[in-house]
Amino acid sequence: MRDISFTLNGGKVKVITDPSSRLLDILREQLGLTAVKEGCGEGECGACSVLKNGKLVNSCLVPMGSVQDTEISTLEGIRDTDEGKCIIDSFAESGAVQCGFCTPGMVMAAAALLREIPKPDEMQIRKALSGNLCRCTGYNMIINGIQLAAKRGDGIW
Amino acid sequence: MVKSFMPRTLTEAVRIRKETGAVPIAGGTDLMVRYRSIAGTLPAFPWPVMFISTIDELKGVSLEQDTVVIKAGTELSVVSESPLIHQVLRDAVCQMAAPSLRNMGTLAGNICNASPAGDAVCVLYALNAEVELATEKSMRRMPLSDFITGPGVTELRSNELMTAIRIPELKSAVSFYKKVGTRKANALSKLSCTGLLYTKHNKIVDMRLALGAVAPVVVRSVELEKSVYGMSRTEFSTYENELFQLYEKLIVPIDDQRSTAEYRKSTTCSLIKEFFRIVKEELS
Repeated sequence: MRDISFTLNGGKVKVITDPSSRLLDILREQLGLTAVKEGCGEGECGACSVLKNGKLVNSCLVPMGSVQDTEISTLEGIRDTDEGKCIIDSFAESGAVQCGFCTPGMVMAAAALLREIPKPDEMQIRKALSGNLCRCTGYNMIINGIQLAAKRGDGIW
Repeated sequence: MVKSFMPRTLTEAVRIRKETGAVPIAGGTDLMVRYRSIAGTLPAFPWPVMFISTIDELKGVSLEQDTVVIKAGTELSVVSESPLIHQVLRDAVCQMAAPSLRNMGTLAGNICNASPAGDAVCVLYALNAEVELATEKSMRRMPLSDFITGPGVTELRSNELMTAIRIPELKSAVSFYKKVGTRKANALSKLSCTGLLYTKHNKIVDMRLALGAVAPVVVRSVELEKSVYGMSRTEFSTYENELFQLYEKLIVPIDDQRSTAEYRKSTTCSLIKEFFRIVKEELS
């Protein structure tokens, strides 16, 4: 067991855990952040997507030993910001959410994309979402949601 | 439960490696999957592990004279965006996995995993890449093609850590890379093919062909490549069929969950023919 300190959604946190434990489990079980979901548990589905130092990662594959001194942000950290609200409202209006299980990961992937490319074209959006699976929507409505967010969120990314 | 370590410097990492034999984990995109357990429990690593993604000394891309040096901990997404790196490698890396996995995985991990289907490995063979291996007291380099000796087997010693991948200058007018997988993203290769060609005055100066996932290790024959050096279009056209048959003999794939031996063989043969067509086009 080790002390592992990192920044979580803007605040400093310290957890005591085995460095092999998964960031996903620590977020959900120790820190109570349940927006992050476990789907496949092997990096294929993106339901557990979070940002690590601003980059999209699959938290099911991130060992806590790799989290020391990094900045992690989850849906809970962006949902009340202008960026988060813009994406979430645009998703809702576009019908981008059905069962909702993939949605937290999709929103994180969308946020990572829009911070890098504020006006993405459709192919850039599809590539950015290529590691996030959705079995309800057929993806088109999620893409519409991101296009709407890009249009409305001009200047906030 | 196995021991796990969090070295913060390269010196510390090679010392831990020597003392405990801990297996280095950078991105974790292979090992965290292979040894995963039930949700909420620790991965069942069979050996001690050390997490090296927070070691800054192991990150970055630089140019040393004409050699591109990619530090072992550099994430694939950084490789794909670095203007110093050969375009064919950047393009291949962009086709690996998905954005989130490219933000985690490394070339060194793809190499040390030593899968014959490793996407970047096929391209790195064609690029004559070398690997740099460090112990506490020494450093050695060896060609990637000598480093990987079989599926999942490498020359990495139990006290060594891969510190960099070195790619010599490439004078290549044309590059050809094709990955065949089930879908565009998140698919492991059924097979892959990398071709490089450098011509001068309508003659072949350098030609390289590397084939992934069709034998226990990536297939590349320097002997066959050298046999075309200096050839004109007419000479290459006359020799093409014989050369194709020689390559065909090297393609000995297996059936597995991703594809069949028959599909791998026939598709790889088609890609070789396509590369030869490009070679002829380039020579005219």
